[in-house]
Amino acid sequence: MIPLSWYLIFAAALFSIGLFGVLARKNAIVILMGIELMLNAVNVNLVAFWRYRAPEMIAGQAFAIMVFAVAAAEVAVGLALFISIYRRRNTVAADEIDLMKW
Amino acid sequence: MTALQIIFILVAAATLGAGLMVVTSRNLIHSALWLVVALFGVAVFYVLLQAGFLAVAQVVVYIGAIAILIIFAIMLTRRIMDEDSPTFNANWGWAVFVALIIFGALTWVLTSWPGISQPMAELSERSDPLRQLGAALVSPSLYVLPFELASVLLLAALVGAIFISWERK
Amino acid sequence: MLDPINAIANWLQNLLSSWGLESGLVNFIMILIGVLVVAMTVLVLDILLVWVERKMVARFQDRLGPNRLGPFGLIQPIADVIKLLIKEDITPEGADKVLFNIAPVMALATVLIIWAVIPFAPTMLGASLNVGVLYIVAAGALGTLGILMAGWAAHNKYALVGAFRMVALVVSYEVPMVTALLVPVILARSMGLHDIVEAQAQGGWFILFSPVTALIFFVCTIAELGRAPFDLAEAESEIVAGYHIEYSGMKFGMFYAGELLHALTMGALIASLFLGGWHGPFVQQVPILGVVYLFIKAFFVYWMYTWVRYTVPRIRIDHMMSLNWKFFTPLALVMVIVTAILDKLMTGLPGWIYGLGMFSANVLVAVITINLLRTYSQKERQRVAEPRPVAQADLAKAPGSGD
Repeated sequence: MIPLSWYLIFAAALFSIGLFGVLARKNAIVILMGIELMLNAVNVNLVAFWRYRAPEMIAGQAFAIMVFAVAAAEVAVGLALFISIYRRRNTVAADEIDLMKW
Repeated sequence: MTALQIIFILVAAATLGAGLMVVTSRNLIHSALWLVVALFGVAVFYVLLQAGFLAVAQVVVYIGAIAILIIFAIMLTRRIMDEDSPTFNANWGWAVFVALIIFGALTWVLTSWPGISQPMAELSERSDPLRQLGAALVSPSLYVLPFELASVLLLAALVGAIFISWERK
Repeated sequence: MLDPINAIANWLQNLLSSWGLESGLVNFIMILIGVLVVAMTVLVLDILLVWVERKMVARFQDRLGPNRLGPFGLIQPIADVIKLLIKEDITPEGADKVLFNIAPVMALATVLIIWAVIPFAPTMLGASLNVGVLYIVAAGALGTLGILMAGWAAHNKYALVGAFRMVALVVSYEVPMVTALLVPVILARSMGLHDIVEAQAQGGWFILFSPVTALIFFVCTIAELGRAPFDLAEAESEIVAGYHIEYSGMKFGMFYAGELLHALTMGALIASLFLGGWHGPFVQQVPILGVVYLFIKAFFVYWMYTWVRYTVPRIRIDHMMSLNWKFFTPLALVMVIVTAILDKLMTGLPGWIYGLGMFSANVLVAVITINLLRTYSQKERQRVAEPRPVAQADLAKAPGSGD
């Protein structure tokens, strides 16, 4: 039997990897991928808690599905923004998108 | 060490390795394909947690839609792909530090929590999680409002994405 | 003796247990053997499909087809395979080597895994998944990824354009396809393919309950397969061969085999969802007959695919997208709503009234759709037929003013 702690530590590690990607990468699309990793880590936690703590309540799975919907919406809008920026500025490096800085 | 535990460790190692490749790989397409591997690993975890519907939905939504969308976006913004500019920004050292601190803090908090050693609760034979989930998503006393909100959000995102990326003639 | 597969399985299980193996290990070995048997059967059928396809296209084009090697040219596909095997295996210079070699495997494997959930007979099914229908959609999603990988890894413009077209096609047509899949799910009250077939064996085939949905699903699977008239991905006259332009030898062979097998797989899927799967006379007494019925139905659908393929010319990509988003998606949504409402209203009524109600609702939807299409096409015809002014220089727009 797999202990609950394994899932939680795995999710924490995946979350940290995603966080590192978000903080350290220049390319905006990779930042988006890092956010996806973080959302997935959260989902693993939700489902693991559902299975181990309260399998009779379906809250964990229902929230995971909400996260799916939010992630899909986020990626659609995010990628549309990047493509639009790429058309105007010819870059998707996060630190070169600085029109609003000054 | 049971067979399940061995499977868990193998899948976890593959998923975390793939996750690391996502954030460190220079080639963006490889990044995106490693992301697919990581997402697939998470789907395997859902199977291990007996959430079959979520596992399949993960593959359909994340790999079938999100990952393919990301690969499309990478191909459309192709100029930066083979560029020799640095992969990481100047703060990557701090990023490693923060990520490690977060990981350590989360692990510490979790291991000091008494509920962590709880064994897996019994899934009763009669209850069908899939049926339960379907009923919960449309029952007024549970999640029908978030469910509708999620659909409105998706519609708004659809309209927004089309509007933003529309090439004005 | 009427159910040889299960008899053999039981015998093997007892044999392995008598050797003193653990029950978990015995189960594992049994599942492994099952997987191997299904995969091998399907792959051997795949070789036969080459012959079936060539023979059928020959008939459609008033030729004879392969007829030299063996009786009716039956050995021809073996010769084809040998030819592919001894061809030079090329990996292009600029290609992404790993992805280039994984892509054909993905293309074939994602087709093979669909067979895991298809019920062959009342007593024979691989995995009784309670989300079987979604599993098929997931397998299709992975297949799309394989195509995208092939197109990108080859480092060839035609390949990339082909992959783009194919993915745009598959992703768009997935929307009405998944929506249409909901109708059998509503009718059978289950997402498991086994339960869907069981419901049809008891209540009647779903193509009688919902012919419009079956038609939508059929057309969407043609798009998913990328066969003519939706074969823009390989359009020989435009982009040479699409995503497998750089592949040679057996790697090309795997794409080819994957394509043919995908068509048969979709045939088996339509057979299971709408044509009653293994259901047929005497199938409860002699379960092995179910396999025969399933493959007869699957080959019938396969023949329909070929018929469409060699009859209808390729359509333009913008027309294809309009057809999807302006016609099939709304129609599939209407079908789901109509089916759900009627199902709610007619629950508890005797089966024949239920079936008749569903069928007449489908006829009604079909008549309304055809009338709407008629008005639309008349308008469109008038618009196209109107004389247009001869091209003139656009003086208002001086060069350089536009962005």
